[in-house]
Amino acid sequence: MVDLKRKLVQLISAVTLNSYAGGFARGTIYRGPLKQVCVPVLNCYSCPGAVTSCPIGSLQALATGATFNFSFYVAGIISLSGVLAGRFSCGWLCPFGFLQDLLYRIPFIKFCLPLWTRYIKYLVAGLFVLALPAFALDSFGLGTPYFCKWLCPAGTLEAAIPLSLLEPGIRGALGALFAWRLTWLALILLFCLGVQRAFCRVLCPLGAILSLFNRVSFFTISRNEQLCRHCGHCNEVCYYGPALAPELNHPECIRCLKCVKSCPAGALSWNFKGANKEGVFYG
Amino acid sequence: MFQNILRGILLTAAAASTAHGIYRGEVPEVLLKAINICLECIGIG
Repeated sequence: MVDLKRKLVQLISAVTLNSYAGGFARGTIYRGPLKQVCVPVLNCYSCPGAVTSCPIGSLQALATGATFNFSFYVAGIISLSGVLAGRFSCGWLCPFGFLQDLLYRIPFIKFCLPLWTRYIKYLVAGLFVLALPAFALDSFGLGTPYFCKWLCPAGTLEAAIPLSLLEPGIRGALGALFAWRLTWLALILLFCLGVQRAFCRVLCPLGAILSLFNRVSFFTISRNEQLCRHCGHCNEVCYYGPALAPELNHPECIRCLKCVKSCPAGALSWNFKGANKEGVFYG
Repeated sequence: MFQNILRGILLTAAAASTAHGIYRGEVPEVLLKAINICLECIGIG
């Protein structure tokens, strides 16, 4: 039931964040004041329907400009979201996360990635989002948004493909970079058929930043040790699978709350009080 | 107790960071970037 509720919230979030219908009709993007607001999800601001800004795109955009090397505004918004709820936005609000959840439901060969691959996203965040755009500058002192340019599948899916279909001028300018981006997107979507949330696990820089707050966020999952039967059911329903280090508020937890709702003993609960015990999955 | 203090410090720091960014004029810059099509995002730049 919680999964159905979550799917509904994810759907509403995806539609709301991309609700500028005029962009799809005219092959343009929204240019209104809401674009000042960064919502902590991976949703490309060059999508014809996008009404808010992508925090990862904005972080890079400001770092590559001549005025600022770092955006305190965007970093603050991401941190606020992280301190309040950890990776809740990954599990409930992110349109690209929603797409990955849907893809995984398609019958396909399911497989596991080595656990060490989860550390790649921290490298992506540090190098492609923060360091290279700010410090690898051209002769004019301008940088390149490396993540947006080379690695972001959301940009290809939400912006490049629709805009190239809608706007002949853009279609005519596409070249090798677009071909790379399409190939990269296809590879990631293929991986998402076999591994649940493959992009979130391995590459998402926003997930990497938010994960740093999971253990200290106000929103936490706790376990009542007197009720727990140590049956391991929480471990079985976790999207990350039983291989995850057994901890309730682990950095990889996206707060989907499947473990809470499916616990047969009712031993797990979520709260916003910050009064969390060190939770451990049993199994 | 320690965790609650840490949460308070982080929340304050995050709010201060956001406020500092707004104060030094980052919001119009974010808007300016976001209302123009990002060429890198669509594979042209």
